[in-house]
Amino acid sequence: MAMAIRVFLLSLLFLSFADHSFSLYEDQAGLMDWHQQYIGKVKHAVFHTQKTGKKRVVVSTEENVIASLDLRHGQIFWRRVLGANDAIDGVDIVLGKYVITLSSEGSILRAWSLPDGQMVWESFLQGSKPSKSLLSVPINLTVDKDNVILVFGKGCLHAVSSIDGVVLWKKDFSAESIEAQQIIQPLGNDKIYVVGFVGSSQFDVYQINAKNGELIKHTSAVFPDGFFGEVLSVSSDMLVSLDSTKSILVTINFQNGEISFKKTHISDLFEDHSGIADILPSKLSGVFAVKINTLLVFIRVTAEGVLEVVDKINNAAAVSDALSFSEGQQAFALIEHVDGKVLLTLKCSHDWNNDLLKESVEVGHQRGLVHKVFINNYIRTDRSYGFRALIVMEDHSLLLLQQGATVWSREEGLASIVDVTVSELPVERAGVSVAKVEQNLFEWLKGHILKLKGTLMLASSEDIAAIQGMRLKSSEISKMTRDHNGFRKLLIVLTRAGKLYALHTGDGRVVWSLLLPSLRKSGSCEHPTGLSVYQWQVPHHHAMDENPSVLVVGRCGPNSDASAVLSFVDTYTGEELNSLGLVHSVAQIIPLPFTDSTEQRLHLLIDTDKHAHLYPRTSEAIDIFQREFSNIYWYSVEADNGIIRGHVLNRNCIGEVVDEFCFDSRELWSIVFPSESEKIIATVTRKLNEVVHTQAKVVADQDVTYKYISKNLLFVATATPKASGEIGTATPEEASLVVYLIDTVTGRILHRMAHYGSQGPVHAVFSENWVVYHYFNLRAHRYEMSIIEIYDQSRADNKDVWKLVFGKHNLTSPISLFSRPEVILKSQSYYFTHSVKTIAVTSTAKGITSKQLLIGTIGDQVLALDKRYLDPRRSVNPTQAEKEEGIIPLTDSLPIIPQSYVTHALKVENLRGIVTVPAKLESTTLAFAYGVDLFLTRMAPSRTYDSLTEDFSYALLLITIVVLIAAIFVTWVLSERKELQDKWR
Amino acid sequence: MEKGKGVMVGGRRWGVDFTDNSASPSSRDIPDPPGFSRASQDQDDSTLSRQKKDAEANWKSQKAWEVAQAPFKNLLMMGFMMWMAGSTVHLFSIGITFSALWQPISALQGVGKVFEPYKDSKVELLGPKLLFIALNLGGLALGVWKLNTLGLLPTHASDWVSSLPPAQEVEYSGGGIPLR
Repeated sequence: MAMAIRVFLLSLLFLSFADHSFSLYEDQAGLMDWHQQYIGKVKHAVFHTQKTGKKRVVVSTEENVIASLDLRHGQIFWRRVLGANDAIDGVDIVLGKYVITLSSEGSILRAWSLPDGQMVWESFLQGSKPSKSLLSVPINLTVDKDNVILVFGKGCLHAVSSIDGVVLWKKDFSAESIEAQQIIQPLGNDKIYVVGFVGSSQFDVYQINAKNGELIKHTSAVFPDGFFGEVLSVSSDMLVSLDSTKSILVTINFQNGEISFKKTHISDLFEDHSGIADILPSKLSGVFAVKINTLLVFIRVTAEGVLEVVDKINNAAAVSDALSFSEGQQAFALIEHVDGKVLLTLKCSHDWNNDLLKESVEVGHQRGLVHKVFINNYIRTDRSYGFRALIVMEDHSLLLLQQGATVWSREEGLASIVDVTVSELPVERAGVSVAKVEQNLFEWLKGHILKLKGTLMLASSEDIAAIQGMRLKSSEISKMTRDHNGFRKLLIVLTRAGKLYALHTGDGRVVWSLLLPSLRKSGSCEHPTGLSVYQWQVPHHHAMDENPSVLVVGRCGPNSDASAVLSFVDTYTGEELNSLGLVHSVAQIIPLPFTDSTEQRLHLLIDTDKHAHLYPRTSEAIDIFQREFSNIYWYSVEADNGIIRGHVLNRNCIGEVVDEFCFDSRELWSIVFPSESEKIIATVTRKLNEVVHTQAKVVADQDVTYKYISKNLLFVATATPKASGEIGTATPEEASLVVYLIDTVTGRILHRMAHYGSQGPVHAVFSENWVVYHYFNLRAHRYEMSIIEIYDQSRADNKDVWKLVFGKHNLTSPISLFSRPEVILKSQSYYFTHSVKTIAVTSTAKGITSKQLLIGTIGDQVLALDKRYLDPRRSVNPTQAEKEEGIIPLTDSLPIIPQSYVTHALKVENLRGIVTVPAKLESTTLAFAYGVDLFLTRMAPSRTYDSLTEDFSYALLLITIVVLIAAIFVTWVLSERKELQDKWR
Repeated sequence: MEKGKGVMVGGRRWGVDFTDNSASPSSRDIPDPPGFSRASQDQDDSTLSRQKKDAEANWKSQKAWEVAQAPFKNLLMMGFMMWMAGSTVHLFSIGITFSALWQPISALQGVGKVFEPYKDSKVELLGPKLLFIALNLGGLALGVWKLNTLGLLPTHASDWVSSLPPAQEVEYSGGGIPLR
């Protein structure tokens, strides 16, 4: 009997601990998480509005997405995300039912069904030499009643059947050394012209029979001045190009196989010209546009090849391709920026002075300039022609303009997030409380009846949606103030376009957005790029009145020696507080663990000359910095050279100008990896803001081990150069992976371990005293995950209870890394099924809660894996004490529990990063995954042990308490009475 | 006794009260018969009551010893319960352990009360009391031992270091792969 009770109780206990996986019920999806779908900056757009039915636009983007968007509302009908190195070169619609895409530098041609996005066929086009890739869908070219798609890619011209993707014929140009520029297919003709350059000055035309790909004629001519870059076709036999000095326009006529050049100096066309010209790639018939400085000049080409200036427009932003809308009539759109508004003008190519449309549209000031415009026509109810324009803005957003208004807009900048940080929301005060929604009795009753229906399973799908909506509204997740549990925060994200967005963690809406003025193209800053964003000021106790702010670091140009740009942005208002255009470059940014009196964090910017610059540039900051000066080190990982160098700050910079915020640095140590056998493929450190609760780890039988917790540890993985490529390019014998743990202050290598027969890519995460890394084992043909845990052996003998009770130990006194640490390492490896895109780890406010690894799988989902599975102390037969401690028996592979997918049924397309943010509630953490899509959820790795669940019945609790109190009163009265009666007897 | 004393008025003329044992002869109408001595009876009576008292004291001390030994049974039962509860921490074992701790403590608090009925000038209560206390202390020790086997006593180093924050590092280093 006793045994039975024991077994029962034990199993009950075990059950309550065993189910650690994060899972939720169907109706809980969307309550704590949100998911947003994006497509990225649009490159090409093709409208499909001919037939009655759904009007749509098919777009391809810089994030390698093809999508079909609803023209009415801008929603995604369908979307296909191609691989990261499968860039789309062209998109078109054939036969009115297939979307054709050419990708991977002209080597993959795919057809997608227009209504639903299913792939219809795919053909791989072979070729030998990289070249420009061109996709051309001739309107009336048929071979055996089959519409033909012409593709130039990898030095070959292919004619592909549009029905099944079979290559009908192929013409190889790789032997001719021609750089093809255009494929021209004159209407009603069976000839195809392939035009291009050989070298810089020879122009070649190949005339090809469209039926069978036979070469009909090849002509070439030499232009002695040389060409610059590209050609633009103006009409079926006329091309325009620029000479190598970019000051002469060259018209090329190749009629009848004769090539003739005609030179026109730009200064001849109009006098006040200076500077160099660029031909815009917009295809307008008979007209082309040349950009000279800020001036846009439209030039008409007559049949004789004579150029004449049609119009000059200052500050024009974008020009669309020509669109033929009725017999022979062609129009194109011209976008100008006038008074902060977008002026859309539709010009008729042949009748210049007659504008078809002139509309001024307000698009909002945080979107910048128009980068691209695509137009489409429709027939109004009065049978006149109307036009709609799809515009792509500087911040990558996509807008549809129609009848002088923005019909819809999409914030596509969020598809290309560069960096993420968090900011708190304002504290709720009496004045700033959000207005409460008044609810009358009827509404309240209706809501409760709905809920009752839901519990009795009588609700229809609309009712369920209504219940879900009510739950969302009642949970107050989207309020604009700080909440008690710290679930509501602002995610500050920096996008590739240089725009900063603040997303609310409750529902993912954009609270504010700012196109950073300092990260916009300007005279002094030609190609600005945003690099990263840091928490600059996090007001705490004594600076509560100030708003928090973030630091955005950018750079003017693609090279690392370009000058840096700093921008400080208030996270409550979304306004730029200050911006600095720096004279020095930026190679590294080191947030220091010190803050000044206004809670501004000190940052050290290292430039490419290894000078360290301190920010903020205040005397208080320099005082704080000087105090800690001798203890600050920095290191650089030169992955290309295979060297890691450690530096110490030396003294103030020596230069013409005395700068007390600039410091020289001196090399302290360096680790040189042998270049023939080791190449650095991954490095990872602990997150700066990670909180560790304790240094001790209690193992079985109340024994204690001390973790080696250091912020200055670097994990480095190197692979043999041969095996640093794709999986399968190296044999197990020649591949090996070596991992190091390096102390970045002293350069001491704490640990080195080799995995023979393994190779990268390595994805790693470092937290507390452990590193988990993922790599490929070539011998086992499987992915593996390994863990290394680091323990401090020098503290291990601190086991005297009395010393610990009376605090007579030095376990918490500051330690120097120059004292030699004695560490022992424990490691273990397991097979893991998935290949991995990124790994992160949950982080909580105090670091007490157990950890989960968040694994971004190749399927663009996020999998939560309990850290207990990656414990080097796992063994096949754990002892009773170890079992009690929670050690799982050893298995060779890590389990993948379907319920522990954090993203449940959703996908974060092109997943690039996972960021975890601790909530104020210790058990809970927010996990934000970003790629083309965004996903945020709330996680509790050890369940919400410190709060009641949301569906906890407070009413029941209250009723129970009331009933109990009533019962106490009643029984008290009764007992009093009985006592009295007893006394009378 | 007072009721049956003296001559009743009415039907009864005389009566002999056998239970009369008053000491003074003057209160009687009839003199005592020769050879009868009241004093001797008095003496006899007192020896009787002394014997009685002795018996009672004996009985009390016996009872006190019994009471003092009662925790022993309790101890055995507790031991059995503890064995049943096992050595893992759960509701059952914690309940039993705490009752095992609480019972001796409450018993020790009420030592005086427990031996109140057996209080007598003639009864030596120190022995039973000491036994009682010793047995209860034994029970307490058993409870503490159980607490220890459950791992609830902070006797290990691990109990004192589990919230020890990590040591601060003097040096600080940052950096990494240069931004691209």
